[in-house]
Amino acid sequence: MTGPLVATGRATREALAGIGALARFAARVVAAGLRGPFHGVEVLRQLGAIGWQSLPVVGLTALFTGAALALQIHAGGARFNAESVVPSIVAIGITRELGPVMAGLMVAARVASSIAAEIGTMKVTQQIDALVTLSTDPLKYLAVPRVLAATLAVPVLVAVGDSLGIMGGWLVGIGRLGFDAQTYLVNTVEFLEVWDIASGLVKGAAFGFIVAVTGCFFGMRSGQGAQGVGRATKAAVVTAAVLILAANYALTELFFRG
Amino acid sequence: MAEAPAIRTHALHKAFGATRVLRGLDLEVARGESLVVIGGSGSGKSVLLKCILGLEIPDAGEVWLDGQPTGGRPRPAFLERFGMLFQGAALFDSLSVWQNVAFRLLRDRRPPAQARARAIEKLARVGLAPEVADLFPAQLSGGMAKRVGLARAIATDPAVIFFDEPTTGLDPIMAGVINGLIRDIVAETGATALTITHDMASVRAIADRVAMLHAGTIRWTGRAAGLDDAEDPMVQQFIHGRPEGPFTQP
Ligand SMILES: Nc1ncnc2c1ncn2[C@@H]1O[C@H](COP(=O)(O)OP(=O)(O)OP(=O)(O)O)[C@@H](O)[C@H]1O
Ligand SMILES: [Mg+2]
Repeated sequence: MTGPLVATGRATREALAGIGALARFAARVVAAGLRGPFHGVEVLRQLGAIGWQSLPVVGLTALFTGAALALQIHAGGARFNAESVVPSIVAIGITRELGPVMAGLMVAARVASSIAAEIGTMKVTQQIDALVTLSTDPLKYLAVPRVLAATLAVPVLVAVGDSLGIMGGWLVGIGRLGFDAQTYLVNTVEFLEVWDIASGLVKGAAFGFIVAVTGCFFGMRSGQGAQGVGRATKAAVVTAAVLILAANYALTELFFRG
Repeated sequence: MAEAPAIRTHALHKAFGATRVLRGLDLEVARGESLVVIGGSGSGKSVLLKCILGLEIPDAGEVWLDGQPTGGRPRPAFLERFGMLFQGAALFDSLSVWQNVAFRLLRDRRPPAQARARAIEKLARVGLAPEVADLFPAQLSGGMAKRVGLARAIATDPAVIFFDEPTTGLDPIMAGVINGLIRDIVAETGATALTITHDMASVRAIADRVAMLHAGTIRWTGRAAGLDDAEDPMVQQFIHGRPEGPFTQP
């Protein structure tokens, strides 16, 4: 009878220990980043790999999310004869919540996995050991550029996602819900505040940091062989996704409570 | 006073869970000497190298490099004059061959043209044509990758070089080529060399002195020239590759 309870207890304990190790790793990455030397070329390469190549997937998910959101808010608003709120609610929902969360989750799927797989493969093939023997700190050379690039790139992705998400709502608004194109845009801009957008960008930076740190963490402690790398990749994606949603709640509490 | 050995370990212990790999290992490598450590698969040869380099932290015991205790951590000053050929070459996939060879020079902000010239010179030293410089590791055969790894290890003329199973996975002719290169390079540069292998051809080509690792300690050590006359039955079994004898695989 106590089997599942014991198992849950053990899983919780392991998860907490894991989060502790991850937090210590994050602190070491930040410290290494502040110390230098600075691998600028690596940062540029990672900005390309993390930011530029994530644009299509982040843009598309935002577009469809904005479109669906407009339909839902219209249907919900109709119950209170408040269909006219669609533009402003779509804009607020996208910029504060869905833009950053969707971008964060897509980047978790694309980037946490590829970072963990790449660094895990380097670990397994002794490339990380080789870095040390070549007087190069793997944290500075591998982790810092990826974490920095992701922290800078995800807010930009969120900004693009915000625009396309609002555009998705606008397309549905004028195509399916009978809004006037001009009025929809005016309503969007009028009710949107700078902090709605800025808070989402801050969230994006936090999510980018989480994704890259998690990918590096699981890559560097990857077990031996292809199986070890596979497990590290899966753990990185799942952990990054859960941490993003938890951090999103925490940041929303911090930014918007009361 | 005698010169401090380049490398010395004392009472080194390292276990992974219940597996006690090193159990009080003492080893000395004199400056300029070429020591080859032999031992069965899984006897802990790679773990020994990692403990010396600080890539694994020993549970107990001490490592001295150039007469200085390391406290179990990688030592920047030692690593600046160090090179290593890894078992699987461990080339960086994302960098071209010449960028791999010149990694240290590029990190030290040497002008790329100069670093590239040095890389091509070292590639020539290991018998690779300049065309190889712009390939990527994924495009190399195992033997070529080993040679590139060797070129990277010697790129900045290190004082100490480690070779981890330099010939495993190579055909006998390529293994002979690599053994010859290692012997010549070590003789030319006067570097201290520590090699681990279970290839007797490597031992005969490279070693001044041989040490046999077994059950977590150095069971036998002696001049390479005297290897065939060693009375230790385990050494005899190992060098002749006999299935019967005191040796039992763990
Ligand atoms: N990181 C590790 N975690 C757990 N066990 C390990 C680890 N590294 C090595 N071992 C164990 O230590 C023992 C010695 O391994 P090591 O790689 O040093 O052997 P080796 O002598 O180099 O063998 P080979 O000639 O096959 O390379 C093995 O039993 C191995 O399973
Ligand atoms: Mg080994």
